[in-house]
Amino acid sequence: MVYAEILAGGIGRRMGNNDMPKQFLMLGNKPIIIHTLEQFLLVSEFSKIIIGCPRDWMGYMNDLILKYIGVDDKVVVIEGGADRNGTIMNACKYIELNFGLTSKDILVTHDAVRPLVDYRIITDNIKACKKYDAVDTIIPVADTIVESLDGKVLSSVPIRDYLYLGQTPQTFKIKELVNTYESLTDEEKKILTDACKIFVLKNKKVGFVQGEEYNLKITTMHDLKLANAIVEVGLNHD
Amino acid sequence: MINCHYRLQSPRRIGLDFIEEELTDNKVVVRPTYLSICAADERYYQGQRDPETLKKKLPMSLIHEAVGEVLRDPKGEFAPNTKVVLIPNTPTEHDSIVKENYLRSSKFRASGFDGFMQNVVLMDRDRIIPYKNVEDRIAVLLELMSVTMNALEHFNQYSHLKKQTLGVWGCGNVGYVTALILKKIYPNAKIIVFGTNINKLHYFQFADATYLINDIPEDVHVDHAFECVGGHSAENAINQIIDLINPQGSIALMGVSEDLVGINTRMVLEKGITILGNSRSGREDFEAAIKFLDDFPETKEYFGRIISEEIVVKSIADMTRAFEVDNDADFKTIMKWDI
Repeated sequence: MVYAEILAGGIGRRMGNNDMPKQFLMLGNKPIIIHTLEQFLLVSEFSKIIIGCPRDWMGYMNDLILKYIGVDDKVVVIEGGADRNGTIMNACKYIELNFGLTSKDILVTHDAVRPLVDYRIITDNIKACKKYDAVDTIIPVADTIVESLDGKVLSSVPIRDYLYLGQTPQTFKIKELVNTYESLTDEEKKILTDACKIFVLKNKKVGFVQGEEYNLKITTMHDLKLANAIVEVGLNHD
Repeated sequence: MINCHYRLQSPRRIGLDFIEEELTDNKVVVRPTYLSICAADERYYQGQRDPETLKKKLPMSLIHEAVGEVLRDPKGEFAPNTKVVLIPNTPTEHDSIVKENYLRSSKFRASGFDGFMQNVVLMDRDRIIPYKNVEDRIAVLLELMSVTMNALEHFNQYSHLKKQTLGVWGCGNVGYVTALILKKIYPNAKIIVFGTNINKLHYFQFADATYLINDIPEDVHVDHAFECVGGHSAENAINQIIDLINPQGSIALMGVSEDLVGINTRMVLEKGITILGNSRSGREDFEAAIKFLDDFPETKEYFGRIISEEIVVKSIADMTRAFEVDNDADFKTIMKWDI
């Protein structure tokens, strides 16, 4: 079975003074997360689309789904975790509890605040995960990336040809993900900002698919302004 | 939902626009699988339309010939992955006399509004028709076949019954498809193709005869004719037809010309010729085209032969390459949509 999880666990502290989590802010005529969900609803392979959401906003999320999508048994809202990986683990538990798990089951995870993801990127993730236990979505870097270990001077300038920017979706064989995560020490878990890193830390192969520059993450008010500027409202016959 | 439209911004420049679209109950989300480039698209791409038209219509997604797979139907009428052909004509009213493709209020993809160069297309549910038993790369030519079906319906309605010799002027895509369909629908008629390119005429081996237009034997005449030339040469073709057609024959005009065309009306009057205008197609013509492929499955191979180029499209660079390649291709360029 193939499942999706839209990661909406964060409360968006980077956004500024706005109290509403960023995934609920409007992009065009709908909340950001609804645009994201609509892209996932196009992919018929998903037997369930799980939305991992802060507990205090679960009712709100359900209201949004009802208002913009309608009743859809495929979509379920669950409580997110303390951090990104906690939210993913909650989805894994939900799947195991409700549907059971086989070694072939796949979970496509995606940031709620990347609403410009498209069908090709999502389905490429599913295809690649049949070959690898974990799949990342990446794009080449345009700028030079530099490293500074002390925050004062450069410690190295890595060769750009080997560097990529990580986006989402990130896709996993669920059993492998859970087993690998549970094998990490608490120390290792602390330094995880990214779910694919779980596999990298344990020297396991992570495949990748090509993302898109436009698959941007709306993290700041500036990002939101930018996204609103590039999205046009369609005409009746489109 | 937010959709990516790949639009011609100015001649030879395709850009990406994000459009927020409403998925209402009457819409079905279709993912294009194959798109086919038409001469009309190429004229826009190369900037060969007049500047006023370009200014008015661009930016616009090109392509009105496409097939795809259903991704989502809010009403559940079409199952996911159903293969469908996309109808570019989009009527806004119904008329019991005038066909949908002739209603002045109808809109047409890649002419009045965005064509099919999109990540997914939100189609009105009566603008898609499922198909089976034909490869997608051949099915993408159904629109072209439907245009001939539209012309044939008109022809059957208004032409006299003597149909022993049918002439097709033009050895391009429309000429090929029309000659092939005529050959099957009128098996007792002699189908003659008149063209200007000997290499392209070699593709028409199924026809009863082919002639270069400047080398036609004196005793060759036709009962009816199909003009599939268009452009600057339409005038010469139509006047040659008027010369060679038997009295009271019909001429089905199918070629689009940007110019005013001067024709020998004296001879049209003297011979009592009927001139039939034909343009585009509607749903029933697509249904007729699908039925034609079912009735004459052997023609699929023949249709496949006019696919000159197949370009896999994963980027905007691939799209521009497809249009550049098409400009030099003998027949059709199709795009396998993988973006």
